[in-house]
Amino acid sequence: MTDAVTVHRLSKIYGRRRVVDGIDLTIPKGKIYGFLGPNGSGKTTTIRMICGLLKPDEGSGTCLGFDLLTQAEEIKKRVGYMTQRFSYWEDLTVRENLFFVADMFGVKNKRARIENVLESFGLHVYENHLAGTLSGGWKQRLALAACSVHDPDLLLLDEPTAGVDPQARREFWDVIHRLAESGITVLVSTHYMDEAERCHEVIYISYGRIVVQGTTDDVIAQAHLTTWRVEGKDVMSIKEKLKGHPAVTTLAPFGDALHISGSDARALEAALAPFRKTVGLTWTKEPSSLEDAFIYYMQRQDRQEG
Amino acid sequence: MIQGSLRRIGAVLVKEFLQLRRDRPTLTMMIMVPIIQLILFGYAINTDPKHLPTTVLIRDTSLFSRTLMAGLKNTDYFSIDYETASEREAYERLQKGLTQFVITIPENFSRDLVRGDRPAVLLEADATDPTASSGALASLSGVVDGVIWKDLTGALGHLKNQSAPFVIEAHKLYNPEGFSHYNIVPGLMGVVLMMTGVMMTALALTKERERGTMENLLAMPIHPIEVMAGKIAPYMAIGYVQAIIILSAAHVLFNVPVLGNLLWLSVALLIFIVCNLALGFTVSTGAKNQMQAIQLSLIVFLPSVLLSGFMFPFRGMPEWAQTIGSMLPATYFIRIVRGVLLKGSSFVELLPNLWPLALFTLLSTALTMKVYRRTLD
Repeated sequence: MTDAVTVHRLSKIYGRRRVVDGIDLTIPKGKIYGFLGPNGSGKTTTIRMICGLLKPDEGSGTCLGFDLLTQAEEIKKRVGYMTQRFSYWEDLTVRENLFFVADMFGVKNKRARIENVLESFGLHVYENHLAGTLSGGWKQRLALAACSVHDPDLLLLDEPTAGVDPQARREFWDVIHRLAESGITVLVSTHYMDEAERCHEVIYISYGRIVVQGTTDDVIAQAHLTTWRVEGKDVMSIKEKLKGHPAVTTLAPFGDALHISGSDARALEAALAPFRKTVGLTWTKEPSSLEDAFIYYMQRQDRQEG
Repeated sequence: MIQGSLRRIGAVLVKEFLQLRRDRPTLTMMIMVPIIQLILFGYAINTDPKHLPTTVLIRDTSLFSRTLMAGLKNTDYFSIDYETASEREAYERLQKGLTQFVITIPENFSRDLVRGDRPAVLLEADATDPTASSGALASLSGVVDGVIWKDLTGALGHLKNQSAPFVIEAHKLYNPEGFSHYNIVPGLMGVVLMMTGVMMTALALTKERERGTMENLLAMPIHPIEVMAGKIAPYMAIGYVQAIIILSAAHVLFNVPVLGNLLWLSVALLIFIVCNLALGFTVSTGAKNQMQAIQLSLIVFLPSVLLSGFMFPFRGMPEWAQTIGSMLPATYFIRIVRGVLLKGSSFVELLPNLWPLALFTLLSTALTMKVYRRTLD
């Protein structure tokens, strides 16, 4: 068995809304997969179905070789799930939280293992502090430590770095990579593009369906975008004039510069032609970014669902 | 398998204790509530008042009626502060609340007494607050036997050999059912245990949901029954502490006797506490946040205060209220406590109240197991 997760036509229906709508997904062992998509696109629901917290209404799948529909208890034993919101006990200390989790999962050599975890996550300084008194970054670190105490084979991380400073985020990702090297599979949802780029592959979902999947290069290439960068005085007036133009998918200001992307290179050039003659502006063709690609996918999806 | 289960229950238990220990206000409340309630119900409300204002409606002035009045005074319960021959006036005083009792000494009282006709003295009590007059009414029998005896000498000596030479008929007006002041302790025990038990477990669980830790707990390989066992244990200990506080305070402050076997009381306690905790669990599954949990607990808790026989005498309630009352575990628990403390009931005598209590506990535990969700659905 080489895949940690395989799901087929997975769906979750609340009332008449298909929150997750027929998702097919395969995550090979030891890989880090990024889960992207706008708020409410079904990321959390999918993660919860994979770890046995929600029962799928349609479809089937396995997680670590166990059936999602019938073997949720076995899955729970082998998965580390980090919730979107900090969900450890704020009125317990860091150490007490880790002990509790270790007991829940029946960790062998509990004390040694917890010492080890405290050490490798640098939590020793705060081991006797109440979890509720930790800063956001340290809370995330505790949460990651706690959900890996039992040496899970799969980590499901739901927006683990939301609201955490860049330094803490970088350290967090270093740990995730270290865990992946040791053979753990990771599925992590995020809104940050730099984090998406640190994944082996990304999955972009919208309205409960997978829109695109692959390495970041694949995802950018599949969007077939052309991106122009224009620099100079009064670029913002160009932004106003191009807003809503059918050939333009994204218009993003970067300081004094403006990035303009479109999926049809010809149409985009035609749209830009009237401005090309303006003196004092420098135009350069740029490789499209992941963000450009995602905004394109998001808008395309919105139009289709419209 | 069993070992793993015990380990998980133990972990939840330790966690609950640690959290409770850091939640000082709650802990203080659970210890203080029984004490405060007991003092309020016990002291602020004097359950055995004496020297109650008494009006005598005299229709027959004689040696016997004078002796009778002296005898009533000697009980300390009656303070005869008004004598009248007008029936209307006497009842007006009662109606207005100026007097607690109206004693009517009938016409020809002494003649009938001497003849051996055993005349009846009517004592009417304002029983709107039944506790106020119950002590006084209880003292009446002594008056009949003790007081008149000494006047029955000489030619009247033969009356002594008969049963009481006259009778006192006591009528409670406005509220026919009496209410013993000892009732407070058993009732209070039921009410306090129920209130803290239901509310605390309901809060303990909704707290987990509100803070998002429930999702984490559900994602861990722990069976609901293990969560329940671990969560319930600390509150069971607290329930026992509360019961001990109430019992000892009642014994010290109000001389409430313990006539029966405390073993049966502690068995009933165990069943009742588990029942309340299971109810609290069920309540929590219907509450979205702690505020709702408190409100729902009150809904569960109010009928038990009002209809279990704590607030109002059970037999004084209309039939529909009695029907509801007999569907409340607190009703049976209060009867068991009353039986053990005041009546010295044996196990067999307690059984009719024990089994319904046990049945409730089984049902509420089963209900909890059913509604406790293992997934977030």
